[in-house]
Amino acid sequence: MSAYLRLPERNRELALLALALVITTAGFAAVQIARAEAFAWSPLIAAALFALAYGAAHVALRLYLPDADPYVLPITAVLAAIGLIEIHRIDPDLARDQGLWIALGLGLFVAVAVAFRDIRRLESLRYTCGALAVLLLLATIVVGTEVNGARLWIRVAGLQIQPGEFAKILLVVFLAGYLRERREVLAAPARRVLGIGIPALRHALPLLILTGAALVLLVAMNDLGSSLLLFAIALSMVYVATGRLLYVGAGLGLFALGGLAALQIAPQVQTRIDGWLDPWPDEQGSAYQIAQSIYTIADGGVAGAGFGRGLILGANGDTIIPYAETDFIYSVIANEMGLLGAAAVVLLYLLLAWRGFRIATQADDGFSKLLASGLAVAVAFQAFVIVGGVVRLLPLTGLTLPFVSYGGSSVTANFAIAALLLCISQRANRERT
Amino acid sequence: MNARIGRLFLVLAVGLVALIGMTTYWQVWARGALEARQSNVRLVYRDLEVDRGAIVTADGVVLADSVPGRLDGRDVFLRRYPEKGLAAQLVGYSSLLAGRAGLERALDPELTGATSDLAGVRNAFDRMRGDTVRGDDVVLRLVAEAQQAAMDGLRAAGGTGSVVVIDPSNGGLLVMASTPTFDPNDGLAGALEAPGSPLLNRATQGLYPPGSTFKVVTAASALDNGVVEVSTEFPAGACIETGGQELCNFNGKDPGEHDFGYALVNSVNTTMASVGIELGEERLEETMAAFGFFKRVPWDYPADQNLASGIYNRRGNQVRPGANVDEARLAIGQERLLATPLQMALVAAAVANGGQVPQPQPVLEVRAPDGTVMRRPGAAFLGRAMTTETAAQLRLLMRQVVDEGTGGAANVEGLDVAGKTGTAETGDDGLNDAWFIGFAPASAPRYAVAVLVERTAGTGGDVAAPIAADVLRALSGS
Repeated sequence: MSAYLRLPERNRELALLALALVITTAGFAAVQIARAEAFAWSPLIAAALFALAYGAAHVALRLYLPDADPYVLPITAVLAAIGLIEIHRIDPDLARDQGLWIALGLGLFVAVAVAFRDIRRLESLRYTCGALAVLLLLATIVVGTEVNGARLWIRVAGLQIQPGEFAKILLVVFLAGYLRERREVLAAPARRVLGIGIPALRHALPLLILTGAALVLLVAMNDLGSSLLLFAIALSMVYVATGRLLYVGAGLGLFALGGLAALQIAPQVQTRIDGWLDPWPDEQGSAYQIAQSIYTIADGGVAGAGFGRGLILGANGDTIIPYAETDFIYSVIANEMGLLGAAAVVLLYLLLAWRGFRIATQADDGFSKLLASGLAVAVAFQAFVIVGGVVRLLPLTGLTLPFVSYGGSSVTANFAIAALLLCISQRANRERT
Repeated sequence: MNARIGRLFLVLAVGLVALIGMTTYWQVWARGALEARQSNVRLVYRDLEVDRGAIVTADGVVLADSVPGRLDGRDVFLRRYPEKGLAAQLVGYSSLLAGRAGLERALDPELTGATSDLAGVRNAFDRMRGDTVRGDDVVLRLVAEAQQAAMDGLRAAGGTGSVVVIDPSNGGLLVMASTPTFDPNDGLAGALEAPGSPLLNRATQGLYPPGSTFKVVTAASALDNGVVEVSTEFPAGACIETGGQELCNFNGKDPGEHDFGYALVNSVNTTMASVGIELGEERLEETMAAFGFFKRVPWDYPADQNLASGIYNRRGNQVRPGANVDEARLAIGQERLLATPLQMALVAAAVANGGQVPQPQPVLEVRAPDGTVMRRPGAAFLGRAMTTETAAQLRLLMRQVVDEGTGGAANVEGLDVAGKTGTAETGDDGLNDAWFIGFAPASAPRYAVAVLVERTAGTGGDVAAPIAADVLRALSGS
């Protein structure tokens, strides 16, 4: 038993989790003080349950992945807490759901950590994962329900599930396995055309087909954000595997063409791009969301309004920015936590990406390296695209902010990513020590 | 592979740092400009934190006040209009979604305590300390009881119209009614869709042909310019020819031989038109300008809710004076001449006030939250429209209109009402815009009134004059 207590990595994790709990409790208390007319136990209970769920996940890591990276779990804890506090501030009912999703996500986290504590098990499932990913996306198109013009959800037993969030992970697993297998032939092709190496079609075809299919499916779902994210993941992984910028260039070219095509087919994309280039002429119409997002961010200033003290809800009780709890949660954070808090959140993603890539460099097999890189890109690039959208650095897309935005699929899928990263880290660290 | 992973991280790091850069841009660099944008709904929400002053009538009826409420965890003040539609267009609204209109907009600096005097400094301190900013209360000259009589009269007369009453000696706005009306407590969505455009303040935004009421202006011009005297004789005849067309008296009546005074009292078109021809366009338009025609009446009211009376072309644009109109038809209030009820009340007020045109003044006084009087506007005048002698002559003639002419229904026992009726055809068969303008008491006028009933089968004397009587009765308390 005492062996489980003398784990330097886990002890560091425990200390950081305690720090995260302090932030969580203080945040809930701040919202409570700012907004409630009377004292209520519910925020304290929420903080206690939050602590309990993370405590359980921590214990599971002590038992199954004792040498894994100590930073990943505390980073997710701070992000999830900030999200939960702001969602609670918007609507306590939504926060109750989100608390449940976080608990469920940590359950999945433990399950993945236990199931794939030997990460090599996953490599043999690469084609299954690829097929499953496409199947999930196909199912979304066939039986999916449309919300706000995008067909992203499947209704199962009264719950709305966003299969794209899980398909993303399955595709990363497939690409890691596939690229690990064909790395050499793709990197040093036998044929040369005009002095440029072109890989044999039979090596590149499955890659092209799967990635292409995923993209076509996403365009069919009218979801530019996921499409962009999957493309970035695929290109990053191909680059890490082969080191050939030619593939990256060709991929970017293809995506540009695809984007132009999407402009012709989906008017929604054109609207988003117009709103990105200049939201002000139509700020009451099609560019309403992005304009309100910018006003909300600017209003926060450097120090922010404080938890629960920003101007987020309008006279009718709804949020002034539509979908503040999902797509625009970063705008709410920037308003109430100011530049300092918003920058801290972005830096947490940078930190998480750094841990992910560090795990990738420490891993000693190609599959683990590619998998960790892909997963790190999945989280960091998703954060980049959605935050870039709400700060008008990029066109607005409907992605969630990992661990922070309201949404069961997003939260649970991202916890699965965290678990996979820790599984890879465990193997790397164990063999190192 | 590790070098490539490192480069990939670097690319992502640059992207993430760019997010911080962009956030910094909005929160530090662009913040001030964004906060000042009129379309930023946050401005309106910020205004809710001000305890906006009340708007009260001279007889103590609260037309608008603020009550504390909670909005998204902050203390705010919500606007209430206890009298609903009583003076909805004049008072206007201050609404989160629809912005501001009417006096709520015109008097906004005082209602929010944002004036540049001592109150402004005091409030700036309150704001810095985080205390509630309290605006000043505004007491109007409006008399609620008379306003109610006007609304009731217009409603009974068939729906759409307007009543304006001004104190001729100082411009005090005693009544400004417009129907149909709306309840500003219900938001504006319903009012925007409702028939009859209830948001429109017909007193200042409604343009109507003034018909025979305009003969007062023609008579003032003719007497002032020495073109006629009250006793100047005119020949008999039902019609005259002008501009190649026949111009006839009401119902084709021949008045017989008569003097100019008779022509005004009995609204003889042929005589007033001949006088118009003799006067010529330039002199008539000069008098009109002196009465305030051709430009917006300058008073404490939003400019876009305040239209200029004058001559309009078929496209609805104002024609500048000297645009070569038919002066015969202009002299009897036709020729695409359009006037607001407020302007016609000013015509009556100028006659009542010895020729001086008073400036409309809605405010009796502005009071700070502690009761200190911050402002009590005095009388102001827009200029002289006619000589004192002309005004005295017109007062007598207009008294005759009510005493023995078309305006009999405007009479109030013991008040000596004077006036002039008008009935302008709308072009729709059998539908007229019915007018009455006048003042009381004729010897020492305290009230100058204009009543307009839109699109009615009745005449000015039948429909508009009785409303004037009701309102004057309520004002004088008899």
